[in-house]
Amino acid sequence: MQPPLELEATPIRGAVVARQLELTPPRLHEVCARAKAEGSRLVALWGCDDTDLGQGFVLHAALLERSGLTCLRVPLGAEHPHYDSIADIFPAASRMQRATYDLLGMHAQGSPDQRKWLRHGAWPGGAFPLRKSVAPDAAFVPADDHYPFVKVEGEGVHEIPVGPVHAGTIEPGHFRFSIVGEAVLRLEERLGYTHKGIEKRAEGMTIEQAARLAGRVSGDSTVAYAWAYAQAVESIAGAEVPPRAVWVRAIALELERVHNHLGDLGYLGNDVALAFGFFQFWRLKESLLRANADLFGHRYLMDLIVPGGVCRDLPADGPRRLFELCSDLEREVVVLRGIYDEHAGVQDRFMGAGRVAPALAEALGLTGLAGRASAIACDLRVDHPCAPYDGLDVRMATHAAGDVAARVSVRFDEVLESLRLIRVLLGQALAGAVHEPLPASTPAGFGVGLIEGWRGEVLVGVETGADGRVRRLHPHDPSWQNWPLLERAVIDNIVPDFPLINKSFNLSYSGHDL
Amino acid sequence: MYTLLKQIVRAGIVSERAPSSDERLRVTRQRLDDAILRQFGRSLAIRHVDAGSCNGCELEIHMAQAAHYNLEGLGIRFVASPRHADMLLVTGPVSRHMEVALRRTYDATPDPKLVVAIGDCGCSGGIFGESYASCGRVANVIPVDVAVPGCPPTPEAIMQGILTAIARERAAE
Repeated sequence: MQPPLELEATPIRGAVVARQLELTPPRLHEVCARAKAEGSRLVALWGCDDTDLGQGFVLHAALLERSGLTCLRVPLGAEHPHYDSIADIFPAASRMQRATYDLLGMHAQGSPDQRKWLRHGAWPGGAFPLRKSVAPDAAFVPADDHYPFVKVEGEGVHEIPVGPVHAGTIEPGHFRFSIVGEAVLRLEERLGYTHKGIEKRAEGMTIEQAARLAGRVSGDSTVAYAWAYAQAVESIAGAEVPPRAVWVRAIALELERVHNHLGDLGYLGNDVALAFGFFQFWRLKESLLRANADLFGHRYLMDLIVPGGVCRDLPADGPRRLFELCSDLEREVVVLRGIYDEHAGVQDRFMGAGRVAPALAEALGLTGLAGRASAIACDLRVDHPCAPYDGLDVRMATHAAGDVAARVSVRFDEVLESLRLIRVLLGQALAGAVHEPLPASTPAGFGVGLIEGWRGEVLVGVETGADGRVRRLHPHDPSWQNWPLLERAVIDNIVPDFPLINKSFNLSYSGHDL
Repeated sequence: MYTLLKQIVRAGIVSERAPSSDERLRVTRQRLDDAILRQFGRSLAIRHVDAGSCNGCELEIHMAQAAHYNLEGLGIRFVASPRHADMLLVTGPVSRHMEVALRRTYDATPDPKLVVAIGDCGCSGGIFGESYASCGRVANVIPVDVAVPGCPPTPEAIMQGILTAIARERAAE
């Protein structure tokens, strides 16, 4: 019996229960295999170039265990950095490893898929934009963008290429369907179209500048990213956040969950030809956004959360207004849920569509709300609650069917639970300041933040330099884990159901492409 | 069906008055003549292109189509192909990976056409700026008629931008 890994690890202070474990490269694979056997999940994997400090490259992998977050830190050489792939243990690692190679040239040995991932034509193979030797304003000669899609062959098989510019108002990505008749045999995604260099952009930013940037990684999750970033920076600075600030943050996070679920529930109705659903749910969403603008000064609460707290307190009549809003929304959502549940045409389309069986979800690491709809009972607010969730008794929503209907059901449950939580929070109003400035100079260090956003776990890793500025920012969206499962969910479904299945996940392109 | 109809009646009509155009949003002089604008003003087809946004602007473009703003009530609708469009509504700093797709979409849109850039990023590159991965503002890649700032701009501002693009330029009269 080997001693628990925790004993070797150094605690990372802060709001997230986390520890850092430094490993030599040969131990990475063995430690990951052990962690997996003990029930750990891979949250994120990224790299860092420390060659400007006279060191080599560093591989980071964040594992979520029952006892908290373990951040593996694996120093690699300065020349031809490489490590053993962990995609055989955590399949979700595959695309993250490919992206880490594209950006930093860190090679995952033994990975079955060595194709490029985030790189298209903006930089050539062999150039690595996130290396420190590449200047922030560097530009590359555009390269040829050839991508070897997996070819499905056989009698009657044909391909439908879709995107990057889609028919609807959604983000850009490419989907390659191989179909027979109307049934999907295989879907292959090609993402990276919205790669706009967020991580490079962050390098050298002040703590405040990077807070705004973190809040724009995926606009629909701005609160989750801003909070996770703030946690990471506050951890480095050793800062305590006033309780009232944490209270406002949680209200903001739940409001974000509600507006996203309302929007998607409306579109899910629209996608099965029930335009009624779109107009009703978006009417409710608009009332929430207007309340956000009135109470917090921004419809989506962007830049509300700042390191040290929040930049704006709830006005005096805010709790009363929010309480009434939540009660109104709850009443309306219950009526609309009844209508969706009773509508034969809607249920006929929802049920059985885009099914991800629990065993597959478990094997491939599905996470967040989609995971909970496939019986993966994980919710950071329940399993690893940071303040104020540690005092809230959040009721986790789960479902075992794994189809569109299950994801709709989980969303309904989560809307209602968030509306309940906001009202519970409003009843616990805490006095005091909502912002405590961080110490004038931030020390050099590593911090991590982890928040249950509406899609799932949002992780932000931050390294600061000796100058007190951001040296490395890595935002991780749960869409990384869930995009590969969308490929599986559509198999054997008909092509016209793809928009519905896609919307039931509603994954982020920007949060993934960075 | 009864509860559905009851809900429609109970919710009532929430649509609000559309904003008027705002000449300050105009980037280049109106290039289209009045006869064409009169046609567009009665039925405008828009193709949205996300050229690399954070998806914040998309949230508000969706919202402009919801009941409170009722963009379709003005005869303005979103279409699935640039070949059916009179106007491109472009968000984001243009990522280098979307540069070719945006140019092709522009080329596929029949003349006469209009381009409205949405959001701080579309106007200036925003917080993402220009880099190895970002071309910056939309006007760096295709001609822009009207640019609507905001992060994200409100649905009213987006509608105002669209309406400005199809309004006859008063200053020129």
